[in-house]
Amino acid sequence: MNFFSQAFAFLLAPSNWASTAINPIGTRLVEHLWYTLIALVITAVIAIPIGFAIGHSGRGRGLAVALSGGARALPTLGVISLLALLIGLGLRAPIVALVILAIPSVLAGAYTGFDAVDRRTIDAARAVGMTEWQIVTQVEIPLGLPLLIGGLRAGALQIVATATLAAYVGEGGLGTFIFLGIGNNDFVTALAGSILIIVLAIVLEILFSLLQRLVVPAGVRAGRAKNDRPGATRTRAAVGSPLQEGSK
Amino acid sequence: MNWILENSGTLLDETLVHLELSIPPVILSFILSVPIGWVANRFRWSRAVLLTVAGLFYAIPSLPLLLVLPTLIGTSLASPVNLVIALTLYGMALMVRSTADALAEVDADVRQSATAVGFSAWQRFWQVEFPLAGPVLLAGLRVVVVSTVSLVTIGGVLGINGLGLAFTDGLQRSIIAEIVAGIVLVVVIALVLDGLLVLLGRALMPWQRSTREPSKRALRKVVAVS
Repeated sequence: MNFFSQAFAFLLAPSNWASTAINPIGTRLVEHLWYTLIALVITAVIAIPIGFAIGHSGRGRGLAVALSGGARALPTLGVISLLALLIGLGLRAPIVALVILAIPSVLAGAYTGFDAVDRRTIDAARAVGMTEWQIVTQVEIPLGLPLLIGGLRAGALQIVATATLAAYVGEGGLGTFIFLGIGNNDFVTALAGSILIIVLAIVLEILFSLLQRLVVPAGVRAGRAKNDRPGATRTRAAVGSPLQEGSK
Repeated sequence: MNWILENSGTLLDETLVHLELSIPPVILSFILSVPIGWVANRFRWSRAVLLTVAGLFYAIPSLPLLLVLPTLIGTSLASPVNLVIALTLYGMALMVRSTADALAEVDADVRQSATAVGFSAWQRFWQVEFPLAGPVLLAGLRVVVVSTVSLVTIGGVLGINGLGLAFTDGLQRSIIAEIVAGIVLVVVIALVLDGLLVLLGRALMPWQRSTREPSKRALRKVVAVS
């Protein structure tokens, strides 16, 4: 436990936040968030349109499933090391690795969101004369948004965690404290870095789960409150059961 | 290619250690998740609490967790035990939710019928609910296997044996072949173990071939969450 108090002392010491420090905590934190943001935006720009196209057309779903399954098996450390050797040390290798690793989650979120929409809803939208484009933008995207945000949340967490390894190929971020600590046998520094990253990841997770709740369309929320009755779904036996007006 | 042939002994050794480190967390997390998942499914409040905790736990990045754990439980940093415990916790974070969802998917009518024909709560769980939850449990376990095999490599950063060493060593000495061999072996191990689970599932749940698949909704939940 002594290590923890030392680590917190490290995190709270103003000298470690001052810009004169070798590794100012604030700067490394901003770097970490910056990498996360860049990688998440690039991932979203690539994966969301493809996911929407797969979800709307229903084509290529098998490929997408296989891809996301296969990508989960990819070891992050290996991908980063390989790209660092191929592209060279610098920011580009970790960013490319982060994007590659986050694409499957976001892609899955985008197309499962479309998948989850009741086919009857889409048929109804078509029947009232909506064009395909209107169906996508006004029906499928709003209804699938919670699952898409879920995918982005998984992707963002993956990126925040993996951005730690950016320091492994020499590009800063909060991982710097971990790798410096491991390298110098300075366990307190490594622990302090770990605590920062864990807190960051959990804050991000909470923010995204709140966002996920906020984006549920009002109509869906209202409908769900009415229909989500637990218990038996069958009609009760007629004997002794009073006729309930308005039910079913 | 030459490098791989010359060092096949090292790679084989790392692969075997990798397997040894991957399998215990998968089995442990499955065994520990069944009771917790049952509790999570049993009461409304426990479901919310346990699944939130599991979700937050899964959010913790692996390398920082590996560094924090030794201080909490007193293992040494480079000890495989440390890694196995960390991976078991991750596996549980995924499996508790899968188990709760799998049990929730069991048809209420079937449960009531089992009670009606005289099953005790214990019998009903093991002979009715658990087997019927099987397909969704299997789907969850497959995700756990694949992610565990891939996460074992993080141990390489701390000097724990396994294929992670191929990456750290390959980067230090700039040997692309070593890193590529490591990635391929990790993916192959993951796919082989995943395939074995599928076969095991077929052997244990022969009724699945004749009846319909588990509800797509439940499976999708498993995929979307992970």
